[in-house]
Amino acid sequence: MHRDDEGSKIGMWLFIFTEILLFGGLFIVYAVYRYNHPVAFKLAGEELDWVVGTVNTVILLISSMTIAMSISAIQKKNKKLALQLLYTTVILAVIFLVNKYFEWSLKFEHGFYPSSDVLQELGFGTILFFGLYFFMTGLHAFHIVAGLVFIGFIIYYVHHDRITHNNHQLLENGGLYWHLVDLIWIFLFPLFYLIH
Amino acid sequence: MNKENNHIVPYYVYFVVLGALLLLTAITVLITRVELGALNTAAAMLIATIKGLIVLLYFMHLKFDQKIYAIMVGLVMAVFFAVIVITFFDYLYR
Repeated sequence: MHRDDEGSKIGMWLFIFTEILLFGGLFIVYAVYRYNHPVAFKLAGEELDWVVGTVNTVILLISSMTIAMSISAIQKKNKKLALQLLYTTVILAVIFLVNKYFEWSLKFEHGFYPSSDVLQELGFGTILFFGLYFFMTGLHAFHIVAGLVFIGFIIYYVHHDRITHNNHQLLENGGLYWHLVDLIWIFLFPLFYLIH
Repeated sequence: MNKENNHIVPYYVYFVVLGALLLLTAITVLITRVELGALNTAAAMLIATIKGLIVLLYFMHLKFDQKIYAIMVGLVMAVFFAVIVITFFDYLYR
């Protein structure tokens, strides 16, 4: 069967470029509103728990390493290690989502959710900050879920030897997607949780 | 066709890369705990950019792949940067 690994990889990168510009557009929206409402953004940012943000950053960075290592493992014909690394990636991704769930739940409990009464009273800048926070971290979490499905397929293919040491472009593409999710978080994290 | 795929990155490279990323994360958190005013944002963004470059070069294999991928990524970043500059020219001078 004809196979074009290089074409497959270019296709993945082109998709990643659309993702970069999608989130890039949102980062520009954030930058402009922050410029317009500096005090509200500073105060609203202090509402977020930087410890949870830091823990999730560490989790995503480690998961990026494990999926990158799984490519090396499959190239060295070590199927068992590759699968262990992929399962580790999945577990870390689920922990990230669980943290996100508790973080958002706490915000909801305190009355911070889109168009809540608490936000309406706090003014325009705070509404914008939390609108962007929920939309951007929500869209990012959605990408984590999509990545989990992607990695799920990859694990199935590795199990059935459809991804092997001389046919692993799908695994590499999954890795590229996962690193993109990591890359976006690297910028989301300081902008929402740290800067004030 | 598969020439580029034969490059196997040793495991230790990924451990070193993760160590560097975690160290930079710790530095970002510590820097933003200190009150530096506008410098906070600049420092945090600078470190985030360095972390992003490390992810692109090592995790996403740009360092080991054909140069065309790095060139494409560079072009997309240039477009993105241009849009940022144009947007802020509009907001600063309207």
